[in-house]
Amino acid sequence: MSDIHNPDAHISAGHPKSSPDQIRAGHPKSGPANGDVIIDCNLHELYYGQFKAVRDTHIPIRKNKITAFIGPSGCGKSTVLRCLNRMNDLVRGFRFDGHVHFQGRNIYDRSIDPVAVRRHIGMVFQQPNPFNMSIYNNVAFGLRLNGYKGSIAERVEQALRRAALWDEVKDKLKQNGLSLSGGQQQRLCIARAVATEPKVLLMDEPCSALDPIATRRIEELMTELKQRFTIAIVTHNLQQAQRVADETGFLYVDTTQGGRTGYLVEYGSSQQIFQDPREEPTKQYIRGEFS
Amino acid sequence: MSTVEEPVSARPPTAGEYAANGAFRWSCYGFGALVVVLLAYIVLEIFRLGWPAMQERGLAFVVGTVWDPNRNEFGILPEIWGTLYSSLLGILIGSVLGVAVAIFLAEGFVAAGVFWVLSRFGLQYTRLWSHFPEQVETFVKTLIQLLAAIPSVVYGLWGIFVVIPAIRPMCNWIHEGLSGIPFFSTALSGPGILPAAIVLAIMVLPIITSISYEALVAVPPKIREASFGLGATRWETILGVLLPTAAPGIFGAILLAFGRALGETMALAMLVGNSNTLSLSLFSPANTIAALLANNFGEAGDREVSLLMYAALVLLIITLVVNILGSLVLQKLVVKEGKR
Repeated sequence: MSDIHNPDAHISAGHPKSSPDQIRAGHPKSGPANGDVIIDCNLHELYYGQFKAVRDTHIPIRKNKITAFIGPSGCGKSTVLRCLNRMNDLVRGFRFDGHVHFQGRNIYDRSIDPVAVRRHIGMVFQQPNPFNMSIYNNVAFGLRLNGYKGSIAERVEQALRRAALWDEVKDKLKQNGLSLSGGQQQRLCIARAVATEPKVLLMDEPCSALDPIATRRIEELMTELKQRFTIAIVTHNLQQAQRVADETGFLYVDTTQGGRTGYLVEYGSSQQIFQDPREEPTKQYIRGEFS
Repeated sequence: MSTVEEPVSARPPTAGEYAANGAFRWSCYGFGALVVVLLAYIVLEIFRLGWPAMQERGLAFVVGTVWDPNRNEFGILPEIWGTLYSSLLGILIGSVLGVAVAIFLAEGFVAAGVFWVLSRFGLQYTRLWSHFPEQVETFVKTLIQLLAAIPSVVYGLWGIFVVIPAIRPMCNWIHEGLSGIPFFSTALSGPGILPAAIVLAIMVLPIITSISYEALVAVPPKIREASFGLGATRWETILGVLLPTAAPGIFGAILLAFGRALGETMALAMLVGNSNTLSLSLFSPANTIAALLANNFGEAGDREVSLLMYAALVLLIITLVVNILGSLVLQKLVVKEGKR
C-alpha cells in the first residue's frame, strides 16, 4: 500500500526515535495504561511537511468508554484523532515519531495495511457526508467493501436502528441519502460507520454542523453506542464533552517555538478534568477565558 | 455625542448612466440574437441548396450504397455508417483513455510520484523543490491541453506516417488468425477505420480529459474522506464513489467529444480511406460524410453541390440527434442526483 499512502508515515513511525520509556517519563500526567486500553496513542512529534503540528501527546483510549478531545481551535485535536485510523496518511508530507497501538499492535507498522486499520476503526466526520446514492446503499457500502456474506438487508436495518434512524427512513430506503436533513444525514453516516461493526468509532466534531435538537439525539446515540463500541470524539463544545465523555484530554497550542504546535496538557476522567483541573491552561479553558 | 453631517455622496444614476446601461443591455440582446439568426441562416441555406437533390433523390440518397457520378447513382449510406463507426470507436478509445488520464491527474498521482522521488533525495521540503510536484502536475495538464492545439492536418499526417505503419503488422496478424470474425475480416492495407479511430481518440482526448478532470475535482473532499474512512482502497473509492458522483460531468465531456468526432474532417479524410465501402471490419477503408464533402466540393457542379448540401444536412441531423439524446440522458443523470 505504500505507493498509495505516503511513505514517510511508515518510515518514521516504524522506527520511533525515542523509546517508549522516555516518552512516558515526560508525561507523568498521562493516565495509567490499564488492560482495558484498546488504543494507546503516543505521539512524540507529528509533522505535516515541515510544520510541527502536534507534540508529546499520549492518550490511552479505553474500551467501551467515550474519550473526548477538547481544546482551542488549531490545537491538533482532529489531527490526533485522524492518527488513530491512519486518515492522515492521505495527507502528503505527514509523518510522526511515536506509535499508535490498537489492541496491542502498532497500526503504523510496515506490515499493517492502513485500509485494514480503517475497517476496524470507523470514522464519523464533522460535515455529514453521505454518498450520492440511496440510503440503503449508503449503509451497505461498507458491508460490500468487506465482502459481507450474510444478509445485507438485515445488517442495514440493524445499523439504521442503532443509529436511531430506522423509523424515519424505513419507508424510503431507496431515496437518495442527500435528501435527508442534516441531523438525519449525520445519523446515516453513523449507521454507515457502525454497519461493519468496527471496534472503535472516531467522531470528529460530529455535531458542529447540527442544530441543538439533532445534537442531543447524536449525544444520546453515543451513550447507547458505547455499549458495543469504543468512541473517541473531538468536540468544541465543553458541555458536550461533559455530558457524554467518560475521559477527557485537553490539548493546547504551544506558540513558544515559533509556529503553532498542539500538545496534550492534561488527561483524565471527565469529572476530574472539568471539576478539578490541575494545569493552569485547563483551568482557564474550562472557565471559558479563551476558546 | 455630536453628529457630524457628512456631505451626502449618494445620488441617483444620471441620464447618461441610464443610457449606457440600456445600450449595453441592448447590444447584449443583439449579439445573443445574432448567434441564433446565424445558426438559422446556415441551416436554412444548406436546406435551400440541398432541396433540389432532396426532391430528386428522396430517401434513396440516404440508403443508397453507391456513389458513381458516371452512372448518376448517389447514395451515402456507407458514409453515414463510416461516420458513426469511426466516431463511436474513436470515442470509445478516447473515453477510456481520457477518463483514465483525468483520474490520474485529479487524484494527484503525478504530484505524489514526484514528491516520492524528491523525498528519496531529501529535497521535498527545500525552498527550490517544494513546489515541484505541483509544477510538474500543472505541466502535464497543460501538455494534454496542448493536444487540442495541434492542427488536424498534422494529426492526419502523423496518422499516415506513424500510426498506420505502426499498427499494420499487428492488424494483419490479427486478421490472419481471426478472419472469421467480421471485425477482422479484411487486411489493413493502409488507411482504414482503425487508424482513423485511433487518431480521433487522441484528438478528443483533451476535451474528455479536461472536462472530466473538472468534474472529478469538483467532487467534495468530504465524500472521498467518507469512503477512505470506511476502509475503501484507493481504487474502490475511485470506482465506487468518485466516478459515480462525477458521472454527469464525465458524460457531458464524452458527449461534447462525440460531436467533435462526428464533424472532424481533415484528419479523417486523410486516414479513413475515402472508399465507398460498407464493412464491419476495423481494418477496412471507409468514408465519412465530412470527408466526402471535403473531397468532392472542389469539382462539384450545381447538381453535385445540391447533393453535397443534402449530405451536409444529414450530418447536421445526426449531430443534432446525438446531442439531443445526450442532453436527455444528461438531464436524467442530473435529475436523479438532484432529487434530494
